[in-house]
Amino acid sequence: MIAQLTITERHIGLVLAGLVTLMGAALGIAGRNDVLAYQGLLIVVFGALVMIALLRNLDAPEPYESRLAEYYDDPIRFGIVLTMLWAIFGMFVGVWVAALLAWPELTFDAAWASFGRLRPAHTTGVIFGFGGNALIATSLHVVQRTSRARLPDQVSPWFVLLGYNLFCLLAVSGYFAGITQSKEYAEPEWYADLWLVVVWVAYFALYIRTLARRKEPHIYVANWYFMAFILVVAILHIVNNLAVPVGIGNAKAYSAFSGVQDAMTQWWYGHNAVAFFLTAGFLGMMYYYLPKRAERPIYSYRLSIISFWGITFLYMWAGSHHLHYTALPHWVQTLGMTFSVVLLVPSWASAANALLTLNGAWHKVRDDATLRFMMVAAVFYGLSTFEGSFLAIRAVNSLSHYTDWTVGHVHAGALGWVAMITFGALYTLTPAMWKRARMYSNTLVEVHFWCAVIGTLIYVFAMWNSGIIQGLMWRTYNESGMLTYSFIESLVAMHPYYIARTVGGFFFLIGAVVGTYNIFMTIRHEPLPLRQRTDAFGGDRPLVPGE
Amino acid sequence: MDIGHDTLVALAKSWGLFYLIALSIGVLAYTFWPGNRKRFARAKLIVLDKEDRPWR
Repeated sequence: MIAQLTITERHIGLVLAGLVTLMGAALGIAGRNDVLAYQGLLIVVFGALVMIALLRNLDAPEPYESRLAEYYDDPIRFGIVLTMLWAIFGMFVGVWVAALLAWPELTFDAAWASFGRLRPAHTTGVIFGFGGNALIATSLHVVQRTSRARLPDQVSPWFVLLGYNLFCLLAVSGYFAGITQSKEYAEPEWYADLWLVVVWVAYFALYIRTLARRKEPHIYVANWYFMAFILVVAILHIVNNLAVPVGIGNAKAYSAFSGVQDAMTQWWYGHNAVAFFLTAGFLGMMYYYLPKRAERPIYSYRLSIISFWGITFLYMWAGSHHLHYTALPHWVQTLGMTFSVVLLVPSWASAANALLTLNGAWHKVRDDATLRFMMVAAVFYGLSTFEGSFLAIRAVNSLSHYTDWTVGHVHAGALGWVAMITFGALYTLTPAMWKRARMYSNTLVEVHFWCAVIGTLIYVFAMWNSGIIQGLMWRTYNESGMLTYSFIESLVAMHPYYIARTVGGFFFLIGAVVGTYNIFMTIRHEPLPLRQRTDAFGGDRPLVPGE
Repeated sequence: MDIGHDTLVALAKSWGLFYLIALSIGVLAYTFWPGNRKRFARAKLIVLDKEDRPWR
């Protein structure tokens, strides 16, 4: 891969990696009396590894000029592998955290393995590690194909991909060491946040520059979603993480906001992270890979435009529904609730658009597990957006909030929508990227599909039951107006559901491991090149892009 | 100037409302503008193209 870079680009990469190493060293020395020292050391090791990789190939010959007639796919290939590695890590920690609730002794008396540290390691590993790498890889693929243009240079995609993974590593290793700013989904501290700003601006610039080189007159709608994702995540990240560090050698920072303003900013961030990271970005994925795999154009292009603007402008106002019955002004809560309910319209427009695309291709859904992944994703997208609008209603929220129902809702979205559409996209992308006729094993794709579906269903049903029972037990009063159940009684009632959830999560993890093995074998051991005769495999194998 | 609760509510109920209505009209006009019909019809199909090289 490094031999594909020009000699100048290798030098630029070396300088960049050297600068990162120096910054890490400075941070480590300044924070030598703090846990920050470990983070500095991690940056130095990361930078040094990149430098070593570059130095080993520094004198390789210049790449052929003909590379400019091809798309630049090396970072996408690397991103696919990283996506699956993060999936295994994040989902493994998720199963562990789930088991911890049923069997609390599973921390083994280690501080780093306490629930409060493992839980953000799970959310960050899955959302940012798995989801983020999948988004970067697929967005770079989609923008090149729909623009008919090669990426503008070969250094910045690597900077974005590696820099982003450095951020994820800093975040997760920081949690284990006890570093957190205690804002849900924004736990990394100031130095990691600043680094992500640099990486994200580079990502935005890379995307804009590719679009500027496009040969198609119109920007395909999937790119609109990816652009909204990149732009809004930048805004959210910068505003929510405005903070003043205690000192340059201290990991701790204090938020620029206080009290209810801080809570409002955090949930404006938190909900729009769901909107633009976990929804808009993955809708971009869906609007390209679903039509591609089904070999049918999207049902209605105009509907996709309307739902794009609907989602983009309505979501921004919905965050305050996380703060029902708090010190937040009542009208702000009502505003959030109203916009959440209206949001159902563009959300269901997207889900319906996806499912109607499959009309006339249901035989392909039956035969092809990859397309089935995407179909199930669209169904879960419709289900969980309905549930989201429903839970945002103040009266419903009084029952559901702080219960496992919320956890079930989040996982219906994360497992059923985000992960399913990602696996569908990766199984479409992997054979195309490594010029294979198909995946190593279609059977293993089936195995993965059923593990994922069974795991999701067990998980979501366990959490629905558990959450509603929990909510009802907390609000049951006896004749004299006292609470009927103590908190510990509700906890005992949850125990079987927590075991069921662990089992569901375990199924999902097994599926991801099978998928990783299948992708690995496709890369390594499937010798069949793309344009070989295919009749030896029967005529019914699924088609892949590029054929 | 001190922006109080009432000012914010008035702003949300008037300008906030108008801006969202204007935006919806704008989006619908763009979507159904007859001149855009051809480029949307074309964009819908570019995904299915099997060629895998950038255009020079």
